[in-house]
Amino acid sequence: MNTLLVASEVKKTFIMHMRGGVELPVVANVSFSLKAGACAVLGGPSGVGKSSILKMLYGNYGCDSGQILVQHHGRHVDVASASPRLVLEIRRDTIGYVSQFLRAVPRVSALDVAAEPLLIRGVEREAAREQARGLFKELNLPEKLWSLPPATFSGGEQQRVNIARGFITDHPILLLDEPTASLDAANREVVIDLIARKKAEGAALLGIFHDLDVRNAVADHVIDVSAFAAGKAAA
Amino acid sequence: MTAPMTETNTQNLASYNFAYLDEQTKRMIRRAILKGIAIPGYQVPFASREMPMPYGWGTGGVQVTAAIIGRDDVLKVIDQGADDTTNAVSIRAFFAKTAGVATTTATPDATIIQTRHRIPETPLHAGQVLVYQVPIPEPLRFLEPRETETRKMHALEEYGLMHVKLYEDIARNGRIATTYAYPVKVEGRYVMDPSPTPKFDNPKMHQSEALQLFGAGREKRIYAVPPHTNVVSLDFEDHPFEIQHFTEPCALCGAEQVYLDEVVLDDKGGRMFVCSDTHHCESRRAEGHRGALLGDEPVVEKEAAI
Amino acid sequence: MSDADTLEALAKAGIPAPVKPLLTVEKLTRVYGKRIGCADVSFDLWPGEVLAIVGESGSGKTTLLNCISSRLTPTCGTVHYRMRDGVSADIYKMAEAERRYLMRTDWGFVHQNPIDGLRMTVSAGANVGERLMAVGNRHYGNIRGAAIEWLARVEIDEDRVDDQPRTFSGGMRQRLQIARNLVTEPRLVFMDEPTGGLDVSVQARLLDLLRGLVSDLGLAVVVVTHDLAVARLLSDRMIVMKEGRVIEAGLTDRVLDDPRAPYTQLLVSSILQV
Repeated sequence: MNTLLVASEVKKTFIMHMRGGVELPVVANVSFSLKAGACAVLGGPSGVGKSSILKMLYGNYGCDSGQILVQHHGRHVDVASASPRLVLEIRRDTIGYVSQFLRAVPRVSALDVAAEPLLIRGVEREAAREQARGLFKELNLPEKLWSLPPATFSGGEQQRVNIARGFITDHPILLLDEPTASLDAANREVVIDLIARKKAEGAALLGIFHDLDVRNAVADHVIDVSAFAAGKAAA
Repeated sequence: MTAPMTETNTQNLASYNFAYLDEQTKRMIRRAILKGIAIPGYQVPFASREMPMPYGWGTGGVQVTAAIIGRDDVLKVIDQGADDTTNAVSIRAFFAKTAGVATTTATPDATIIQTRHRIPETPLHAGQVLVYQVPIPEPLRFLEPRETETRKMHALEEYGLMHVKLYEDIARNGRIATTYAYPVKVEGRYVMDPSPTPKFDNPKMHQSEALQLFGAGREKRIYAVPPHTNVVSLDFEDHPFEIQHFTEPCALCGAEQVYLDEVVLDDKGGRMFVCSDTHHCESRRAEGHRGALLGDEPVVEKEAAI
Repeated sequence: MSDADTLEALAKAGIPAPVKPLLTVEKLTRVYGKRIGCADVSFDLWPGEVLAIVGESGSGKTTLLNCISSRLTPTCGTVHYRMRDGVSADIYKMAEAERRYLMRTDWGFVHQNPIDGLRMTVSAGANVGERLMAVGNRHYGNIRGAAIEWLARVEIDEDRVDDQPRTFSGGMRQRLQIARNLVTEPRLVFMDEPTGGLDVSVQARLLDLLRGLVSDLGLAVVVVTHDLAVARLLSDRMIVMKEGRVIEAGLTDRVLDDPRAPYTQLLVSSILQV
């Protein structure tokens, strides 16, 4: 199986200058790989640094040290040291991300929020919207909401917009930060199905799922983040 | 250091130099004029002097005339085309007194014609100088109040703003409604304000045989259009430049294709349109041309008798 | 592996050749006597990229913007701009005529206060059309047509085309200023606090409009703002300034979500939560 992402010895510490420069070690020695057509799950108690790892892979957080090699346009690039421009390009074409919370933009309709990743890649607007409509239908998002800005939606509705936005593209790598947290059982099933389809298409997925049913349904293997707890870094 | 006093007019006004201004000042103005001629349409700053008349009465034109006039010149002064209005009469008298030159109202006979807001109907010939009195020399002033900026715009040929003004005209009135002080481009380079002459006169500036000098006393600027210079009125492709057209000929001399003034005859709405160029009108009448209101001879007799 | 290697690989893979930076700022410094306006600022800006310069009042961000946009001569340092013919030119070595031509064709400048960027006593149509006339367009009908089209793009009704901007609301004026700048389809637009002084709802509308225009036209933008929310919404990258110097620079979401410098952490923690 093709390895699409390799993290090796990634370390992250927060230095809180507002609190007298206290150092908060988050994770260290993070090493794992993601293979095409499989879904890995980050496991471990909350606060152990699962979200931080996802954010580092996406370039949202910086890394103190280590490498995150990604297959990007047929080459290996290191997200940890990539220029902002390259990170944006990797996000556009290689790594997708479904965050836990939707960052709504004023006045932009739910449909356009979901279609945006395709627009950035140069897909024609109507075609992109059509795909978004398909996903909304699948996720049972009431049609009357599609043309409204999602800022006032409920948590579950916002999350479904977010999932549509994340799954609309064919990114080879997809990061999922608790995509099912605010969903009912029926919609959780839809997400499980979406994940299965991504795997079948050969994408490498990495997720955080607190819901055990979902986790068991999608996980091919579990990466125990406790092993990367910063305290063990020195070992 | 004493300036040569060769041209002092000792007969009438012992204390004044020839043509009122001292020789140093005249030389300074001549230098500005020469520079203006060398750079057609460019506004040359000059050290404008106080003249014995208020600003707005032609102090710029008077200084230019004073700087170029010689004993053999024949001066004509018009105000809105007329030789006989206060401004024209005063300036003519001023130079008759301070320079002792001959004056005339006949356009072809004059060597220098100082004008306020008209160009004579009779085509000018080589050797004549037309001196314009200019109130606001800066054509860009309408939209750009900063002198530093307008100078830069001239220097860099940034004339888009001129068309903004014309655009506004069309947007508001459906056509270019600017009827006087209509901006022109001189020899393909400088945009120039032709002074508040009616746009009817703009074509006369183009390739004129005569030298055209412009003096703005209060604004301290001199500019010039040498003979045989291209002077093109600004316009849009779909709204080309047009001069005014009059529906009827001059009521006194019957002239067509001339600029007419409206004259109110009574308080019952009676009016007539007559040549603004009084010399042109008079010479046509002398040649026997008769306008609609000149049917009965007594009217002329009565006028002449006054 | 370096970015350069990656980009080279892209070219081999048949992916469109990587573009070169549109704007290259090197060691730009402006001092006012003994005081520093901005010091030693360097960055590249690529076509279609939005860069936010953030900082408190007096941090030097407006001085920097003015130095980059040729409105204020820097004390030292260079600003290179890649012209449409692909040649990179030092904007302070250009003839003034060329620089000013660049400013009104390939560049735009959106002022915080629309009064500084508009002609308040000429109609909206003429405000938008001015740049077209400045580059030699002499067909009234075409100019007016383009003006109306641009008013529509910034959501101003066609029937306001002959109204003067003094009769417009603050938000409309700002949108008009944007249309006036974009009519010549510039590749680079400078913005100084474009949403400053507007009501929140008006601000949201303007931001949305700007986002749309920036992505539709592929504009490169340098936007100065003290509002981190504006920076997050509009920009790809950001520079944090304090006392004239760059404190932190990078991907906008990384600087905001994982700020490193003490000052940036203070700035980010000072955002009011709604």
